[in-house]
Amino acid sequence: MNFGFSEEQEMLRDQVRRFMQEDLGLPQVKALTKASTGFDPALWQKAASLGWLGLTIPEKFGGLGLSWVDLTVLLEEAGRGLSPLPFVSHALTIEAILAVCGKAQKEMWLSAMAQGQAICTTALYDEPNWIHPDAITLKGVRESGGVRINGSKHFVSDACAADYFMVAIRIEKQLAMVAVGKEQVSVKAQPQMDATKPSGSVTFNNVLIDDSMVFKLSRKQLDFLTNCGAVAVTAEAVGAAEAAHKLTVNYANQRVQFDNLIGKYQGVKHRLADMYVDIESFKSLLYYAAWAVNQSPAELPRAISLAKGYAADAFAQIGIDVVGLHGAIGFTAEYDAQLYLKRSKWVRPAFGDSDFHLQRVATLGGV
Amino acid sequence: MDFDYSPAEEAFRQEIRAFLKANLPPKEQRGPEFLKKWLQKVRVKGWVGFSWPKEFGGGGGGIVEQAILREEMALAKAPPLGTSFMGLAWVGPGIIQYGTEEQKRRFIPDILDSKVIWCTGYSEPNHGSDLAKIQCKAVREGDEYVVNGQKIWTSGAPWSQWIILLTRTEINTESKHKGITCLLVPMNSPGLEVKPIENMAGDRHFAEVFFKDVRVPVADRLGDEGDGWKVTVSALANERSSIGEVTQMFEKLDSLKGLVQSTHRNGQPAAKDPAVRKRLATFEMKIAAMKYNGLRYLTKQIRGEPLTSETSVNKLHRASLEIEMDDFAVALTGQSGLQLRGSDSAVDRGSWAKSSLSWPNVVIGGGTPNIQRNIIAERILHLPKD
Repeated sequence: MNFGFSEEQEMLRDQVRRFMQEDLGLPQVKALTKASTGFDPALWQKAASLGWLGLTIPEKFGGLGLSWVDLTVLLEEAGRGLSPLPFVSHALTIEAILAVCGKAQKEMWLSAMAQGQAICTTALYDEPNWIHPDAITLKGVRESGGVRINGSKHFVSDACAADYFMVAIRIEKQLAMVAVGKEQVSVKAQPQMDATKPSGSVTFNNVLIDDSMVFKLSRKQLDFLTNCGAVAVTAEAVGAAEAAHKLTVNYANQRVQFDNLIGKYQGVKHRLADMYVDIESFKSLLYYAAWAVNQSPAELPRAISLAKGYAADAFAQIGIDVVGLHGAIGFTAEYDAQLYLKRSKWVRPAFGDSDFHLQRVATLGGV
Repeated sequence: MDFDYSPAEEAFRQEIRAFLKANLPPKEQRGPEFLKKWLQKVRVKGWVGFSWPKEFGGGGGGIVEQAILREEMALAKAPPLGTSFMGLAWVGPGIIQYGTEEQKRRFIPDILDSKVIWCTGYSEPNHGSDLAKIQCKAVREGDEYVVNGQKIWTSGAPWSQWIILLTRTEINTESKHKGITCLLVPMNSPGLEVKPIENMAGDRHFAEVFFKDVRVPVADRLGDEGDGWKVTVSALANERSSIGEVTQMFEKLDSLKGLVQSTHRNGQPAAKDPAVRKRLATFEMKIAAMKYNGLRYLTKQIRGEPLTSETSVNKLHRASLEIEMDDFAVALTGQSGLQLRGSDSAVDRGSWAKSSLSWPNVVIGGGTPNIQRNIIAERILHLPKD
C-alpha cells in the first residue's frame, strides 16, 4: 500500500515547479497569451531537453516509458502556474497515436514528439456540450486512395501552435481518426475566456487525406482518449485550484477590515476550509484515476468520472469564490485571481462536465 | 504508487476472512450466547486493542494491518470487537500514554475483556464546543478530590460503569487550557447522579451527569494535576483510520441504491430520474474521496510523516453524508418516508426515518462541522484564531 509519490516523482515536481517559477511565471504567462498562439518554441525545447515530453512515450519509441502518475506530477505543476504550453494536447496525442496508429508511424512520430520537434494536438468531439460517439459529426467521404473531408473542427486546443493534428471524423457510420499537417488545413484562433488555454478551429477545405493517414477509431478507444483527456485537465485543475486557494489564504492573512485580518472571520475562514476539503478530495480521486490509466484501465472510467465529476463543479465554485473573497481587487484584470476563475470555467466542460461524469458513475454503479 | 498489500498483509486478510467464515454465522443463526463468545474469540486473537502495545495486553499490530482488520470487519458487518467503544477509542490509549503502572494494570484488561464500559465527561451545560472553559470543580482534600458540578450530553452514561472526567482544579489561570485535571470515576460513586435525556429520535443514549461532593482518590487521577487538557487532546488525537467507516458508508450507499431501484416517483422508476441518479453519484463521489483521502493519509503514516489535522477533511465529508443520505431517502419516498416502525406504510421498517433523526450522534459528537472548519483554517491554513 503506497498511495504517494516516489522520490524521483518528487524531484520531477520540484523541477517543473522551478521551471514554472523561473521560466514561465504569471507575468510571462500573461505576456505569452497576449501573443497570437500563446506558444513559446524555446520553452517547449527546454521541456523536451528535460525529458518531460517523452514521459509517457514507451522507451522503444524514444521516450522514458513512465506512467500517467509521472505525467500527473508534470501537469499538476503546469496547472499551478497556469501554463499555456500544450502539455495536455501533447499527452493526449501520444495516447491517440499509441491507440490507433501502426508501428511505423509510432516510431516516426513519437520520437519527434519526445524531442519537441513536432507540436501535436488531438480533436475529438464536434458538439460543444456533448460527450458521445454521435457528437463526432465531421464527415469524411471515401474515394479511391483516400478520404475527402470538407468542414471544420472547432474548439481545438492549441490549434494555432500545432504542426500536426489527430482529428476524429465519421466515415458513414464508422468513426476514424485522420492525421493531418498544418499545411493541409487552415487554422483560425477562437478567442475564449481562458487565454491560457488557446484554441482554434481547423478547417478542411476539400482535403483528400491519403489512406495511410486514416486510422480506425473504436468506441472503446474514443472512450479511453476521453478519459485520458479528463485525467489530464483535472490534474492541471488540481494545481490551479491549489494556487488560487493559496493566493486567497495569503490575502485573508494580510487584509484588515473592521480592525481584524479578514481571515479571522468565519464567513471567510470557513469557506477557505471548505475549499481545502474539496481540493484535497478531488486531488485524491484524481491520483487514483491517474494510477488507473496504466495499472487498471478497467477501473479508469469510474475513477476519472468520480474525480472530474467532483472537480468540475468544485473548482468552478472555487474560481468564483477566490474572486469574491478578494473583493473589488479580485475583479481587476491586473490581479491574478481572475486568471484562475477563467481556468475553472474552461475546465468544467472539458472532456465532460459533472452531469456527464456523475450520470456515468450512476450507470457504472448499477443504477 | 501501488495499491497492493504485501504477502504478509494479504495473509493477515485471509486469516481474518477464514476466522469470520468460521465464527460469524448469519444474524438469524446467532444464539443468545453469540456475542459473549464472539468477544472472547476476537480477544484471544489479539484483535481487541489491536494497535496497543503487547505488554499491556494489546495486539501490537501495525497501522496497515489495523486498517485491513477494520475494513474486513466492516465488510462482514461484524459486531464490534469490544463493548466499550470509548474505552477502546481513547480512554485505553490515554491510560497507556499517561497512566501509572497501577492504573494500567487495573483498567486496561477490563477494557480489552469488555468487562467495563466507559463514557466521557467532557461537555457541560455552558461549555460544549469551547471545551477548555469547563467549570466542573475538583478540590483537593488530602488523598481525595471532591468533585462538584455537572456534565451533559454524556453518551452512554446510562449504562457505563466508569467515566473519564474533565474537571477544573484551578480557576483564573492565565490560559483556559491550564488548571484542568482528568479523573477516572466510577459511575456508582456516592453523589453521582445520571439523568438520561431523550433525543429527537426517541432514544435515551445521552444524559446529564450531576456531581455532588463526589470523592475521587488522587490515585485515580490520569496524568498530572493541571495537565488534563494535554491528556484529552492527545487521547482524542488517537486518530483512527477511517477505512472502516468508509466501508460502512459504501454499504449504506448500496442500501440507498436498492431503495431507489424499488421506488417509483412521478409515475416512473426513480432510477431513471437524472436528478436522483446524480445525487446518488454525488454520495459515491464523496465516499470514494474519503476512501482515497484516507489511503493518502495512511501512506503518510506508513512513511512516518506526521499527520496534522488532515483527518478533519474526512470528518466533514462524513458529517454531510451522515445527514444527506438519510434525508435523501426520506425525501425520495415522500409520505412513506415519514412513516415510523409500526406503520404499515413504513419504508424498510422505518429505518431511514429513524436514522434521519439520529445524525447528531456523529455530526455533533466529537466536534461540530464548524469546529472542524476552524481546525482546518487555523492549524492547516494558519489563518487567525477566532
